[in-house]
Amino acid sequence: MLYDLTDEQRMLQETVRRIAKEQIEPGAAERDAKAEFPWDVVQVFRDNGLFACDFKEAYGGAEMGVLALCLAVEEVAKVCAGSSLVLLVHELGSMPILLGGSHEQKERWLPGLAAGEKLVAFGLTEPGAGSDVGGIRTRAIKKGDKYIINGTKQFISHADVADYICVACVTDPEAKPHKGGLSIIVVEKGTPGLSIGKHEDKLGIRASSTCEVILEDCEVPAANLLGSEGDGFHILMKTLDFTRPCVASQAVGIAQGALDVAVAYARERQQFGQAIITFQGLNWMLADMDTQVEAARQLVYKTCSVFEDVPKDLSKVPREAIRLSAMSKLFAAETAMKVTTDAVQILGGYGYVKEYPVERMMRDAKITQIYEGTSQIQKVVIASCL
Amino acid sequence: MNIVVCIKQVPDTETQIKIASDGKSIETDDIKWVMNPYDEFGVEEALVLQKEKGAEVTVVGAGPQRVTEALRTALAMGADKAVLIEDDDFYGADPITVAKVLAKAIEPLNPDIIFFGQRAVDDDSGVVGSAVAEFLDMPQLSVVTKVEVGDGTVQAHRPVEGATLVLESTLPCVITAQKGLNEPRYASLPGIMKAKKKPLEVISLADLGVERDDKLEIVALNPPPERAPGKQVEGETGQEIAINLVKLLREEAKVI
Ligand SMILES: Cc1cc2nc3c(=O)[nH]c(=O)nc-3n(C[C@H](O)[C@H](O)[C@H](O)COP(=O)(O)OP(=O)(O)OC[C@H]3O[C@@H](n4cnc5c(N)ncnc54)[C@H](O)[C@@H]3O)c2cc1C
Repeated sequence: MLYDLTDEQRMLQETVRRIAKEQIEPGAAERDAKAEFPWDVVQVFRDNGLFACDFKEAYGGAEMGVLALCLAVEEVAKVCAGSSLVLLVHELGSMPILLGGSHEQKERWLPGLAAGEKLVAFGLTEPGAGSDVGGIRTRAIKKGDKYIINGTKQFISHADVADYICVACVTDPEAKPHKGGLSIIVVEKGTPGLSIGKHEDKLGIRASSTCEVILEDCEVPAANLLGSEGDGFHILMKTLDFTRPCVASQAVGIAQGALDVAVAYARERQQFGQAIITFQGLNWMLADMDTQVEAARQLVYKTCSVFEDVPKDLSKVPREAIRLSAMSKLFAAETAMKVTTDAVQILGGYGYVKEYPVERMMRDAKITQIYEGTSQIQKVVIASCL
Repeated sequence: MNIVVCIKQVPDTETQIKIASDGKSIETDDIKWVMNPYDEFGVEEALVLQKEKGAEVTVVGAGPQRVTEALRTALAMGADKAVLIEDDDFYGADPITVAKVLAKAIEPLNPDIIFFGQRAVDDDSGVVGSAVAEFLDMPQLSVVTKVEVGDGTVQAHRPVEGATLVLESTLPCVITAQKGLNEPRYASLPGIMKAKKKPLEVISLADLGVERDDKLEIVALNPPPERAPGKQVEGETGQEIAINLVKLLREEAKVI
């Protein structure tokens, strides 16, 4: 096995690195301050075909795979974590369709998503259902050729801008959630009964929107059900198995971005008559940070390479893939939090103020330990694989 | 219409350059190599003509195998095919030699326009485009910021001290690109996937029947002087600080 990136992956990495530096980095501080959805970034991704990364050619994709997508996410997250969510949430929201959608459903939804003309969101979390998917109360009742959906979703990224939301609902209250009780239904924007509630004011990733989604007697064609009734739990879990490495690569990107700033600063900053990077107490910190980031990156790439061979359908995910997926997310998120915190330390007072980007990166890093399964939940998953 | 764009692979401007132990070349081990930024303008202009005039775009590079990366990038941007003149010892060759080799490789491609960057950002010699025009006996329009191709002719703009010189020439010709000519596109994702399937011909100096006969030699490479640390202007009051600043500017910096 060739233990390296392919020529295409490397070229993609180089290209996105440049796009990120030239088109995305300049607005990063402003996006954070204004907390407005980054439509300019969406356009940059559209122009360069980046949404197409992990979609099949047959549906307008570039079929470059999940590692390629992660490389792109990492490069964007290096300069602007909020903007990287545009790619992350796109993958997260599309994945249930990729996994559970019929050919007709894929033909209907995927080409617009692959082009980035349409955006998509993933509606799992509820006020009573965070780590515990079993707490889902949103109810879908079938009536003729329609589902009537009632419920509230919490913290749904980009629900306000999405054309489609994959909503997790209870279709069989008698069955246990993981034994056929849940289903995923695609709710299209503008469906009567669908409304967006509160927008959250957040610590980090402020360019990304996080909203409440309210479904009130929301009538959706039964044809929008993904897979069969009861497939919901499996689709949700497999979706997260696939997308956790993407969050992990976001964490690696944030960490690398902070490390780069810290190294450059430590070379320039003089105290006691010398550059602070010459102090061993400081450069050992940098050495640790660099080692942790590289270790996290290798774990993510390895995980991705395993996922390249996991079919995007309703088949079972190999335990090894689940284990790696959880480990990469756990380790990368913890690394991002530690490395960004240390980067602030290395910049001293300048690290704490908005003149330098590391305080933003530290705020951005925190979410990677929380969404798509908290660090604690990743440990639950890893332990279950032992 | 056939368009050729010559591409040099140069160290990324952000790479830290170290001088090798021979004192006349650079250490190439840890360098990130990229397409010469001025050549990107040439590629972009060629791709515009590819779309407008249905031109076929061939990119040509010379050097070790790594130059393939720069050529593939051009293919991923949209060029149709590439030619690599592979030679491990070519980096740093006499620009006239480079021009001779390129002219030989380009001639059979029957180009209507040959684009170059106006110079390469590594050695700044700015000779190759002009020399290729000489060897191929073509007119050259150098350092241009606008190109308009007509029927067998081309018009180009060259900025001169704020004024614009408008040049006109018959085809075929050589054009060297200046910043401002266009905004080069990025390699697109579908472009990256297609790049590998596009033809990339590898030839050697022997295939071209050229022998190296460099007349110019780099004898020494000196690093830029180390930047002196900044200086804080002393003084209790604004007035004092201003006086000291003027003093420093006059006596130390010698700028006023
Ligand atoms: C900015 C943002 C964006 C989001 N985007 C989306 C989205 O697009 N779609 C979506 O569906 N959701 C989204 N979420 C929701 C997110 O996935 C949840 O917040 C997360 O899964 C945690 O759920 P919770 O907040 O309810 O915390 P809880 O589950 O209540 O957890 C509280 C604490 O208890 C710990 N805990 C819980 N169970 C265990 C256990 N078994 N063992 C040990 N510790 C445990 C947790 O680790 C955590 O520390 C988003 C959240 C945020 C903040």
